[in-house]
Amino acid sequence: MGALVVALLLSLMCAVALGSSQVGWAETARLLRAGLTGGVIAADERAAYTIVWELRFPRALLAAVVGAGLAAVGVAVQAMVRNALADPFVLGISSGAAVGANAVILFGAFGSLGVWALSAGAFTSALAAMALVYAVARTAHGLTPLRLVLTGTALYYGFTAITTLMVFAAEHGEAARSAMMWLLGSLGGASWASLPIAAVAVAAGMAHLALSAGRLNALAMGDETAATLGVDAARLRRELFLLAAAVTGAVVAVSGAIGFVGLMVPHATRILIGADHRRVLAVAPLLGAVLLVWVDVLSRIVLAPTELPIGVLTAVIGVPCFLLLMRRGGGYAFGGA
Amino acid sequence: MRLDIDDLTLTAAGSTLVREVSLRADSGELVGLVGPNGSGKSSLLRCVYRAVRPDAGTVRLDGTDLRGLTPRQSARRLAALPQEGGGDFEFTVAEVVAMGRLPHQRGTARAGAEDEELCAAALKRVGAGHLAERGFPSLSGGEKQRVLIARALAQQPRVLVLDEPTNHLDIAQQLEVLSLVRGDGLTVLAALHDLNLAAAHCDRLYVIANGAIVASGAPHDVLVPELLAEVFGVRAHRVRHPESGAVQLLFDRLGASP
Repeated sequence: MGALVVALLLSLMCAVALGSSQVGWAETARLLRAGLTGGVIAADERAAYTIVWELRFPRALLAAVVGAGLAAVGVAVQAMVRNALADPFVLGISSGAAVGANAVILFGAFGSLGVWALSAGAFTSALAAMALVYAVARTAHGLTPLRLVLTGTALYYGFTAITTLMVFAAEHGEAARSAMMWLLGSLGGASWASLPIAAVAVAAGMAHLALSAGRLNALAMGDETAATLGVDAARLRRELFLLAAAVTGAVVAVSGAIGFVGLMVPHATRILIGADHRRVLAVAPLLGAVLLVWVDVLSRIVLAPTELPIGVLTAVIGVPCFLLLMRRGGGYAFGGA
Repeated sequence: MRLDIDDLTLTAAGSTLVREVSLRADSGELVGLVGPNGSGKSSLLRCVYRAVRPDAGTVRLDGTDLRGLTPRQSARRLAALPQEGGGDFEFTVAEVVAMGRLPHQRGTARAGAEDEELCAAALKRVGAGHLAERGFPSLSGGEKQRVLIARALAQQPRVLVLDEPTNHLDIAQQLEVLSLVRGDGLTVLAALHDLNLAAAHCDRLYVIANGAIVASGAPHDVLVPELLAEVFGVRAHRVRHPESGAVQLLFDRLGASP
């Protein structure tokens, strides 16, 4: 835990120092301190300060927030539907968000909201998607795991079809390209303005999940077992669904659909420290944050000044790490794997 | 603690699973619920441990209606072993047992030293202390059942509900399971499919068929050939266990010649 917090802080520091235009370590530290404490900087440091404080630092923080949020929601969703393949996107919420985001990118919807238009469009349609999934998946017995997964997956294809159609119908190639960028996930739009809502949503979600860790353990064992332990499974699942939808919506609104983190980080965490949610919910968000900070750094510098879609690098880094872990963690058998 | 079930009815999708069932288990009693597959045993028990809400009737613990208690409050008095397998999550045995403390804990409260001692003692009592660090999904059926009993004991209940606890267990394990839950004044209500096991261990039996109780009483009064033919569709011969004197049954197909 402690080591991971230190790793996260160091990663943030590296993320600010590294990039297509080099800023020295000492200078980075000094400029960050100036930004944090309101110190004075020399006039010729103005450009470096802008890079460090206005561009890279909020971006690194956003990467950490998004990584933590996706990992935490991934843990919650996997317990909620007791399915190893579940991730924050299996509920159809991110693909719903993509519809709104692309309406903004391609057709200028929500134009009156200016820089907030994209986030607003994504979040609004994420909530609409959530309402739709909830309405369809609901039964007299509440939300059952299989129904949730099937409904979410079916609607995922529906939403994706709409998005694809919109990209095809778009007139400008450049807009289609940025729509594609958004679908693959990108932190390129990070600024101080995009940080607060996502940070608050993720922090609140993580805090609530941490308080629910014991109940998540019970739910993971089965609905009947949960009942015998005094946990109302139907109610908890409803609660987790709303939480997952809200946090995913807030995160996707500022970063697009970044895959892999929410699926694999929870598994990697369980392989490393076991399945007890009291520990998993503390460690997985930190791992997710560190992973995404580094993935974003690489996406900026590998082909600098061109930025790679972040989804490419989550896969390049994540897949081998995960496969290695799975081989080493011999006894890991989630889903009978 | 005394368990009273009164006029309990449960319906699902238009069919009546449990029909006006009344049942009593006195403090410290081991009461068996027997009946053929699909007779409503599990449905009745699910109402008792609150996995489903009955359409009518009450379940009371020492006179207190369960509906007047929060799920957490009733889980502190009543524990259960449902039939479900326990999921795919790689919990260790110690973690599974620790879940028994959940109804006693608030929010983030970490398991205290007292909780850990209780769990360790429960695991020891069922003879599974050496399994503590093993992964629960990798255990054999008998080991799993012992661990789940330990979890139920760690819950410090006054009433324990068991749904076919001897399924998939070998003979030695079957005999062991019911003796593990005896004692400490714990009231036990167990659905059993093995009539001889029920006859040997239970203080009283209830026979359920098509969702309704058709007979109840001491095993030797209840397990008579006429009833067994009617409810289970078998021809039964009663013998005495040579040592314990308990009634035991030998079965033939109904209508088969001797």
